[in-house]
Amino acid sequence: MIEINNLHKKFGKNQVLSGVNLTIKKGGIYAVLGPNGSGKTTLIKSVLGMIIPNKGTIEVLGENIKNKSVYRNEINYLPQIATFPGNLKVKELIKMIRDLRQKACGEQLLIELFSLEPFLEKKLSTLSGGTKQKVNIVLTFMFDSPIIILDEPTTGLDPGSLIRLKKLIQKEKQNGKTILITSHIMQFVEEVSDEIIYLLEGEIYFKGTKEELQNNTMQTNFEHAIAEITTYRTDV
Amino acid sequence: MFKILKYSFFDLIRSRWSYVYFLFYLALGFVLLFLNNDLSKAVITLMNVIIVLVPLIGTIFGVMYFYNSKEFTELLLAQPLKRSSIFLGQYLGVAGSLTMSLVFGLGIPFVLYGLFKSDAIWNFSLLLVTGTFLTLIFTALAFNIALAHENKIKGFGFAVLLWLFLAVIYDGLFLLSLIVFEEYPLDTFSLVATMFNPIDLSRTLILLKLDISALLGYTGAIFKQFFGTNYGLILSLVMLLLWTIFPIFSLIFKAKRKDF
Repeated sequence: MIEINNLHKKFGKNQVLSGVNLTIKKGGIYAVLGPNGSGKTTLIKSVLGMIIPNKGTIEVLGENIKNKSVYRNEINYLPQIATFPGNLKVKELIKMIRDLRQKACGEQLLIELFSLEPFLEKKLSTLSGGTKQKVNIVLTFMFDSPIIILDEPTTGLDPGSLIRLKKLIQKEKQNGKTILITSHIMQFVEEVSDEIIYLLEGEIYFKGTKEELQNNTMQTNFEHAIAEITTYRTDV
Repeated sequence: MFKILKYSFFDLIRSRWSYVYFLFYLALGFVLLFLNNDLSKAVITLMNVIIVLVPLIGTIFGVMYFYNSKEFTELLLAQPLKRSSIFLGQYLGVAGSLTMSLVFGLGIPFVLYGLFKSDAIWNFSLLLVTGTFLTLIFTALAFNIALAHENKIKGFGFAVLLWLFLAVIYDGLFLLSLIVFEEYPLDTFSLVATMFNPIDLSRTLILLKLDISALLGYTGAIFKQFFGTNYGLILSLVMLLLWTIFPIFSLIFKAKRKDF
């Protein structure tokens, strides 16, 4: 699905990614974890082609993504901070994205699921953070694509919406989608993810299942296992 | 690209500033015609306004739009769209809506005054053509500056400085060099120096078309010899075209290498 080889990225003097090698196979939910500034978002944005790596290659669905754009049709992306053009109405934004992608889409069900009907005619600048995130989720999940990338999907969501989001993620997994998630909410990660990818100082420090992580760190609690991860060096 | 162009364009058309700009030109057109009572004279006055104002508006609007639509751009970047089409679409959206305000804002009063029946029509058309070029040039330059600077204040500062340089400082330096080197033949130098500033180029082009080059003295005669002919006119338009194309290419080149 996604094949990353020797990825390097530097912002000015700040070396963010230094030689990331990663293979993500089809199907399943992968959690990309790591402390603040470890390069999670940079990694994800590199896969999306928003950040251009200094060195290394990325292949998505068997194709090198350098200077390509069509492959993004196969990726649904939920950005970290939901920022939208403020003078558009929710309805117009959904229509615009649909128009740009020219793909079958099921936004109606999602709008109902997150009860966004009352906001459809409102401008995006007037929405609250949580509602914006819901719009963000609708925009991400309304297309049927094999790869889904979620950058901090839980930000600002109320408990009810969070449960709905989790169900949505599970449903997509059952449909055979490959899902990449970053999050700082360990409870959420523990609940949804199959595999953990732990980034530290621009390198992959750990990759494996939740069980492997707990065995390696000898912690029964998932949150503690993650916190302990750096003290027990494991072979990647 | 055309979809992005469409969205940017309609986004701008709906914004208040496009109307303000349009209404300003509309009012300017009517007032000038009312005061001058003569199409040709109004064209001359208008030229002085256009030559300075159009680049300024193009620069400010370009930078402002680029920074304001950062979110929109990021949203688009995650979609299956080429970078070149995203930025070209946005650029043409801005430049297009500005040009439209200019052409309609000035066109309406002049047409109502009887432009089509007068012989000022060619001069007026030339004025609009150079106005369009200046809009295209300075919006593209502004986009280049905004792309290169993440910091809004810096971007704005450089953009305004660029306008100031080309509209005012360049002329000052030009004049100064003419005085310092007055012992030497300066015809070719002044011709070339004019070519390298789109504002000067547009001004000279219109002035000489308006047949008031006598005001310019000896240099004016040389300029007249050059710009007054079809050859000079075509060469100037080609220069303006190059001034447009070069920043657009640089814009695409820069956009392809930027991280978002």
